[in-house]
Amino acid sequence: MGKAMLEVRNLRTKYVTRLGEDVYSVDGVSLKIEEGKSLGVAGESGCGKSTLALSMMGYYFPPLHYISGDIIIDGQNISGMDPDKVRTSVLGKEIAYIPQAAMNALNPTMKIIRFLEDVIHVHEPKATKAEIRERAEERFISVGLGKEVLDRHAVELSGGMKQRTVIAVSTILSPKVLIADEPSSALDVTSQKLVIKMMREMMEKGYIGSMMFITHELPLLYNVTDDIAVMYAGQFVEYGSAKEMVFDPLHPYSHGLMGSILVPEEGTRGMNLTAIPGTPPNLKRPPKGCRFAERCKYATVECSYVAPIEKKFGENETRMYRCLKDEPWLRKTYEEEQGGASNE
Amino acid sequence: MKQILRNIFHSPRFVVGFVIFCIVLLLSFYPMISIFTPMEIVGSGFHAPGTYVNIKSTIQSRSEELKYVGAAGLANQFTAEELGKMQEWLVKYGGVDQTVVDEAAENDNAFLELWTSTYSDDVQYKATQAYKREIQKYNKQILRITATDTLEIGEGDSTITVKSNQFVNVKNISNKVTLPLGTDNFGADVLTKLTSAIGVSLKMGVMAGAIATAIGLTIGLLAGFLGGWVDNILTFFTNLFTVIPSFVILVLIANSISQAGRSPAMVSLIIGITAWPWTARSVRSQVISLRNRDHVNLSKLSGHSTARIIIQDVLPYILSYVIMALILQIGSGILGEAQLSMLGLGPSTTTTATLGLMMNWANTFSAAQNGQWWAFVPVVLAITLISYSMNLMNTGLDQVFNPQLRD
Amino acid sequence: MSEVRERKDYTNGPLCLSGRGVTRIFGHGEKANVAVDHVDFDFHEGEFVSIVGESGSGKTTLSKMLLGLLPISEGEILFQGKPRDISTRAKKAEYWKGIQAIFQDPFASYNIFHKIDSVLLDCINMRGGKNLPYEKKVEMMTEACSFVNLKFAELTNKYPFELSGGQMQRLMIARIFLLKPKILLADEPTSMVDACSRATILDMLLNLRDEIGMTIIFITHDIGLAYYISDTVYIMEHGKFVEYGKADEVILNPQAPYTKRLISDVPKIHEEWDLSTVELTDDY
Repeated sequence: MGKAMLEVRNLRTKYVTRLGEDVYSVDGVSLKIEEGKSLGVAGESGCGKSTLALSMMGYYFPPLHYISGDIIIDGQNISGMDPDKVRTSVLGKEIAYIPQAAMNALNPTMKIIRFLEDVIHVHEPKATKAEIRERAEERFISVGLGKEVLDRHAVELSGGMKQRTVIAVSTILSPKVLIADEPSSALDVTSQKLVIKMMREMMEKGYIGSMMFITHELPLLYNVTDDIAVMYAGQFVEYGSAKEMVFDPLHPYSHGLMGSILVPEEGTRGMNLTAIPGTPPNLKRPPKGCRFAERCKYATVECSYVAPIEKKFGENETRMYRCLKDEPWLRKTYEEEQGGASNE
Repeated sequence: MKQILRNIFHSPRFVVGFVIFCIVLLLSFYPMISIFTPMEIVGSGFHAPGTYVNIKSTIQSRSEELKYVGAAGLANQFTAEELGKMQEWLVKYGGVDQTVVDEAAENDNAFLELWTSTYSDDVQYKATQAYKREIQKYNKQILRITATDTLEIGEGDSTITVKSNQFVNVKNISNKVTLPLGTDNFGADVLTKLTSAIGVSLKMGVMAGAIATAIGLTIGLLAGFLGGWVDNILTFFTNLFTVIPSFVILVLIANSISQAGRSPAMVSLIIGITAWPWTARSVRSQVISLRNRDHVNLSKLSGHSTARIIIQDVLPYILSYVIMALILQIGSGILGEAQLSMLGLGPSTTTTATLGLMMNWANTFSAAQNGQWWAFVPVVLAITLISYSMNLMNTGLDQVFNPQLRD
Repeated sequence: MSEVRERKDYTNGPLCLSGRGVTRIFGHGEKANVAVDHVDFDFHEGEFVSIVGESGSGKTTLSKMLLGLLPISEGEILFQGKPRDISTRAKKAEYWKGIQAIFQDPFASYNIFHKIDSVLLDCINMRGGKNLPYEKKVEMMTEACSFVNLKFAELTNKYPFELSGGQMQRLMIARIFLLKPKILLADEPTSMVDACSRATILDMLLNLRDEIGMTIIFITHDIGLAYYISDTVYIMEHGKFVEYGKADEVILNPQAPYTKRLISDVPKIHEEWDLSTVELTDDY
């Protein structure tokens, strides 16, 4: 078992809306990513996965507010830190963040090398231009972008190149943790593949210590990350290794999510897509019991009143699910359904 | 709708602008309660702000002469001890008989007469400096009471002299006139004229703004929604009007219309038909972004007519923007009128005043050079307040409708 | 959803919509940009057709031309065997009784100033039900809503923005149910709704086809989705159809290099996602 690069314990954060209401979008999330490993976070829009990404950096500004919990990066707890200190000593160096529209955030009037100078100067004010260029060239060649990119402007690059450049710029300091929020969703499939390939290579070469990858595209997540966590209404409802999660989901919500994956493979045409009726709960007033109870077809009266706790099992407790029903019952139920469908 | 209104009135900028505007608007009703009509000649030429009394018809009612020392008498002005000291002086140094003094002390006027005829600061007598100074102080007080300086009210034959020891009760002056902002070169009351001019200018601004917005909105909607050659032609005209400074067109049109034809309505029409291009341009760009929205496509697929789509599916989306444009157009209409009138191209009229005309008159009669600030400072303030309140309301609305502008 | 849908073969029915050399050019002279380049197609009655392409492939331009919202620069479109004539407003209105659409973004598909009722009432009016008694109209709207698992009583007098994205998109299907057009053009109707609601919407589209015999033209960038749902797949690249045919043939045995690349680049579950087909030095 490797060393934990990133550990989050019971993190709770909230948004304050324009009308002054609190929205508890991250409500008790715990996770652990080991060195060289990656965790994927999947969920519907509005489940709090993007807020989780923002909350992980320990840099809070309105309307996002910190409530409680710990964020520990390589043994250092950053949750209680002064925001200015977080900005100058943690962001970029310890933890880097790539938002979905990152490629559109590049100032078109600046050459790529200037962004790198900016990033490096925050942490190493004494670095000279020549040193920076040397480092940047080495890194850019190593990730396949080529050193010519450094002297181009953002507008001269294609969408996929831009996104890869952004990733290379934000990880120039070799952060221990990279948080990528839908980094390839706006790209076409070939560019997406290139982005993923580059990120993988960067992990292998040690440019990124560990990674958290957020997306709503499950097939992508399955192919990119070692572990997958499914988020629903501000909480993780289940996590485990990518294979386990896709082929053996336990929580009824993950089960539904995995049942709606469509890929261009044999067998897709004949499959039954799982539909989950209803809409996620309002996070201004989260339900008292299980947050999924309202939409769950296995829900009993108990589910609406008792909030399920995280149940862990497996070697090193790498698998977790948050449901009142136990593991054998859920497995049996799914099997029976599967059997019933094929008998008809 | 309610929610939108609530949001609007939660924007501090809008509220401040709205309050200022309401105050200015309320002011424009002042002529209704003013005793003068806006153009009435009250006096001759410039008079500084103040309360004026006109004699001919004023003090004829009652002329009262009141001695200062009335019922309360000297006892009100001096303490018994002080009076005693004065009596003592009269006897000791003035050489007046004790009995005479006692007698005079009975009657305030007699005593005053005795004192003034006996004492003067020049009289030499032997006493301590402190005592002399004390007596001098009493004398000064008495002189003040018996002074004979006069105040003249009125002019010429009908001057009435009010002694400084007389009071004329203001209530009894029937024809006093308070001119809070004085009179202008024509001798008209500036306050009444200004407030009526605010009303006229606001009307002209609203009219010019409405005309400009109506033209701009129509052209913008048609060009943006229909596209193609309609757009090309309309955009050509819009660009033409944008390239030629609208002020030049304004001056040319205003100049080509005869003096007599330039009524306030005509001038606002002129301003209106030169101010529309930027409204048209911005409405057009807004409409172009809406034209390809799916709800418009869906409306087309439902077989609705172009007119109905424009009115029901496009206009409501840009309405907030149009209202903001209208507010700005009203503000710039008022400024436009002021600019034109300053150049002498404003409405030619002797029956109504506008803010611009008031500025023009003040300029023509060199009010600024002669320090007659009341003739133009309030006008400038009024124009400033109006455009300031319009801009505040506009940015307030902008903050509500475009939340990303909020800080 | 435990029942497996029976899939009839609709690919040999009578022709419903075809195109010959359909082209759209934006701009003039040197700046001319050929968005759709001489495409031919034959859509049959009751067929579920997918047009698959990445952004910039011209699929949205083609869909606008099919709908008659954008004039075609060259070529002709045949509707039910006859050349399509949409030269006047009346003829357009007539054509739109035969073809309708569902768009990608449910939030942009509604006029936010109109209540939900007016969207559905419009459809009834369009089908000539203007003078029906109000009770009858309510009955029709209730039926349409229940077709998409919505309750009309809960929706009436509401504004679109009070609904979730999935509900809005289902209401769009209810609208189609009322209009009963010959052809439905669905332009990425599931790309902005969550995976869980997607299944419901796809199921409803299949119901529309099965119950009304509607031809559905499904525009998407998601090749897995296209494979799951459609009978026939057209692959579009740079304004041209590079490959078309029955879904199984095109997806499981692609011939065109572009289709091959597309399918190999999409992440998969059972087959390995081969990252070695791309080189980091590629400029994509």
